[in-house]
Amino acid sequence: MALTREQMAQRVAQELQDGFYVNLGIGIPTLVANYVPDNMDVMLQSENGLLGMGEFPTEETIDADMINAGKQTVTTVKGASIFSSAESFAMIRGGHVDLTVLGAFEVDVNGNIASWMIPNKLVKGMGGAMDLVAGADNIIVTMTHASKSGESKLLADCSLPLTGKGCIKKVLTDLAWLEIENGTFVLKERAPGVSIEEIIEKTQGKLIVPDHVPEMVFA
Amino acid sequence: MAGFDKVVASYEEAMAGLEDGMTVLAGGFGLCGIPENLIGEIKRKGTKGLTVVSNNCGVDGFGLGILLEDKQIRKMISSYVGENALFEKQLLDGELEVELTPQGTLAEKMRSGGAGIPAFYTATGVGTPVAEGKEIKVFHEREYLLEEAITGDFAIVKGWKADRYGNVVYRHTAQNFNPLAATAGKITVVEVEEIVEVGELEPTHIQTPGIYVDRVILGTFEKRIEQRTIKPTE
Repeated sequence: MALTREQMAQRVAQELQDGFYVNLGIGIPTLVANYVPDNMDVMLQSENGLLGMGEFPTEETIDADMINAGKQTVTTVKGASIFSSAESFAMIRGGHVDLTVLGAFEVDVNGNIASWMIPNKLVKGMGGAMDLVAGADNIIVTMTHASKSGESKLLADCSLPLTGKGCIKKVLTDLAWLEIENGTFVLKERAPGVSIEEIIEKTQGKLIVPDHVPEMVFA
Repeated sequence: MAGFDKVVASYEEAMAGLEDGMTVLAGGFGLCGIPENLIGEIKRKGTKGLTVVSNNCGVDGFGLGILLEDKQIRKMISSYVGENALFEKQLLDGELEVELTPQGTLAEKMRSGGAGIPAFYTATGVGTPVAEGKEIKVFHEREYLLEEAITGDFAIVKGWKADRYGNVVYRHTAQNFNPLAATAGKITVVEVEEIVEVGELEPTHIQTPGIYVDRVILGTFEKRIEQRTIKPTE
């Protein structure tokens, strides 16, 4: 079975480490915050200028001046800090954020990512995505393995305009955990009950399948 | 002391000198920390042909979105737009030009503009449409592209508290682009929720020193929320 959005978030959360500063994009990445292990301290960075993002507020504590990069009202955790957009992107561009998780339309074997623009459709903008992929070393892309019509999103060469060049090394799809090494995808894990044949069929870019590909394990 | 007194009494005075075709830098992220009333004054004045530099362009009927109603904006420089239908329509009709700029690059363009640095190299945007026509240089075996700084004829800024000297502090994440815009306007106008006595703001807490600020005005704010998210009750 393909992973649900929640399971994808759970799998990404397994990559968290105690003391990590993490930037989570909109969509599935945001859900990762729900699966931070109890014995672990993680600080969430929001690129509008907040390090130490907390949960949503209550009706009593809601504050229009306290939002995240998704423009949602949020709170801060103890030890949080708030700063300007330039400071926020200094953290991102300077490589100080330990893990970045974001969605994409396409990823290719050279670590290129396309996530912001579909030609001939209205372009809303890249927001902070280009800064995040250029600045971070440790990035996980989350997306479905193929489109609804079955077209692969793991390509030999991205067809859409890029968000960043040669910057992606790890991809979690609803079918598999893959890493990008030397111009090829390497299948590291598969979703429980998903066959290697299905993954091969839905991966257009070059894919290395090791002899043993374990199933993901969820607590 | 009077020489440092930046407080003006009316919004008309606050935006005096704004003319057709000028460039305006605006603080704010989404609808958070936007100079609501200064935008309202630009609307009232009817200034046209503006280039507006702001992370976003408001929503229909609020924030910078209201300047689209009478087609006052010629060009928007932003990282993310399209939260309003009117923007989309004017863009598709060719009445509005948009220059999409990565968010961190936009912040750094304002910061360096205010700091007298004409351009800077960044890895952001290399290999993407943003890099088209820009100089690429290699440092430490990695490609970077040259981005030029931005300054404005006016900067419109929303602060929390200011003193008469124009020292400003911001409230929570309403800070965002505001202190950057504040440094990069030929005329920087700050509207605030409260004007305090000189000396009342702790010097180490001041986020925008008064040297950047030309005019301060006291306002009242609607502070509209774009995405109202509440913790589910147990």
